[in-house]
Amino acid sequence: MTLHQIIPGEDTKPAYNYAYLDEQTKRMIRRALLKAVAVPGYQVPFGSREMPLARGWGTGGIQITAAIIGPDDVLKVIDQGADDTTNAVSIRRFFERTADAKTSEATDEATIIQTRHRIPEAPLKAGQIMVYQVPQPEPLRKLEPRETETRKMHAWAEYGLMQVKLYENIARFGEVTTTYDYPVDVNGRYVMAPSPIPKFDNPKMHMSPSLQLFGAGREKRIYAVPPYTSVRSLDFEDHPFRIQSWNEPCGLCGATDSYLDEVITDDRGGRMFVCSDSHHCETRRADGHRGAMLADASALHLVDDKQAKDKVSKS
Amino acid sequence: MQDDTLIGAGFSDPVFQSQAAFRALLAALSEPGLVQDVATGFAAPAGLEPATAIALLTLADYETPIWLPADLRAGPAGAWLRFHCGATLVEGPAEAAFAVLNGTSTAPALSAFSPGTDQFPDRSTSVLVQCASLAGGEAVTLTGPGIAGRREIAPKGLRPGFWTEVAANAARYPLGIDLILSHGQAIIGLPRSTQILEAR
Repeated sequence: MTLHQIIPGEDTKPAYNYAYLDEQTKRMIRRALLKAVAVPGYQVPFGSREMPLARGWGTGGIQITAAIIGPDDVLKVIDQGADDTTNAVSIRRFFERTADAKTSEATDEATIIQTRHRIPEAPLKAGQIMVYQVPQPEPLRKLEPRETETRKMHAWAEYGLMQVKLYENIARFGEVTTTYDYPVDVNGRYVMAPSPIPKFDNPKMHMSPSLQLFGAGREKRIYAVPPYTSVRSLDFEDHPFRIQSWNEPCGLCGATDSYLDEVITDDRGGRMFVCSDSHHCETRRADGHRGAMLADASALHLVDDKQAKDKVSKS
Repeated sequence: MQDDTLIGAGFSDPVFQSQAAFRALLAALSEPGLVQDVATGFAAPAGLEPATAIALLTLADYETPIWLPADLRAGPAGAWLRFHCGATLVEGPAEAAFAVLNGTSTAPALSAFSPGTDQFPDRSTSVLVQCASLAGGEAVTLTGPGIAGRREIAPKGLRPGFWTEVAANAARYPLGIDLILSHGQAIIGLPRSTQILEAR
């Protein structure tokens, strides 16, 4: 018996295996991951297990992370770009408890980044692994509810229906109105759901130096995009793919090139735009970048404004 | 005689040794052509390269039939895999989830293994090809997912026409087998998505 199977303070009975999952389950997930990497964008069925979290709370991502994590890894977990939201905090704590995992909020320190709905703004590096939590792995599901049919459509690369949907969008609204989970073509073969990341993040997947793994716990599917793989957002020659843009910079750090969330600040129509990637925003503020509303937010103790504090302590 | 019946040890620390080995396998298949070290100091049964033995110990179990060449199946390697993995050793290459092939042996053809089906291309055989060395042989240029531009490998001790077979396998994409070249403690991944540009 090895040390990691014993909880300190308990009697010597093993409580659960390292990283929660038993070795048999890990082997099954690992085999699925290797096949997923060999056929980029193809959804590999796997025997998703009950986790101590409800399905829909990232159990697919958790099972992948549990199957790959080791003592040398540093884990970062984000939810909508933020490290400090409920889902991110509880998943990070889950791996601290079950795998004694080293965790970090810094994108460049992490070896595994588990994410819900965002890709970090800081460029990813070779050797990093992105783990996406996926609610609906099937990009064609809203167009064709039967799994038996969508499987044939993928097998024979019959993606006309998806093009028709995008075309009808353009015919009706003048543009493609899909803003998140925007379908992509992987390695010129499979159409893939990139998980509900904003389409702003789609270009980051193309030829990324990091390995990207996708887990859908409820739908029991695993898929992957290896490093340096072509990921093309579906579009038309006369209606090329475009990402979102904003008229104003981040209210806290002044960034003009990051994905911004709109935050309602009062009941009189006050609002501000802030970076959705909390670590990116904090790093920029620490580097001295200041947005127009940083002083106000700091006065309300909503954020930590180091420069303002320094001024107060000096005076 | 005792050597034939005595089954050697498996992992001394299954959880962390298999985790480390899996990460090497994942890195190998996600970045084809890069040499990955699986582990050090592992005593494999006769006929299996240490990297082959570790890969099977990490991935195979009662759910995954293994195909071995007849001499290995009858020898200590077969007994070792049956005991440690609980895997069935099958006679037909197409039934296997994992297979071990000696690089120089002339049979079976790579096309004899299961390429999966059009709706389930993941149900294909992963073939571990045991080489004489992972460098110093015939140079081959690779391209495809996981490779920024091109990458050259030169494994040694492969049968004549091997690269033609690999190219034919890649041409069936998304069907096809996934190859892992192994020698000593190291492996090179060659998934079906990797294109063989030129063999010289």
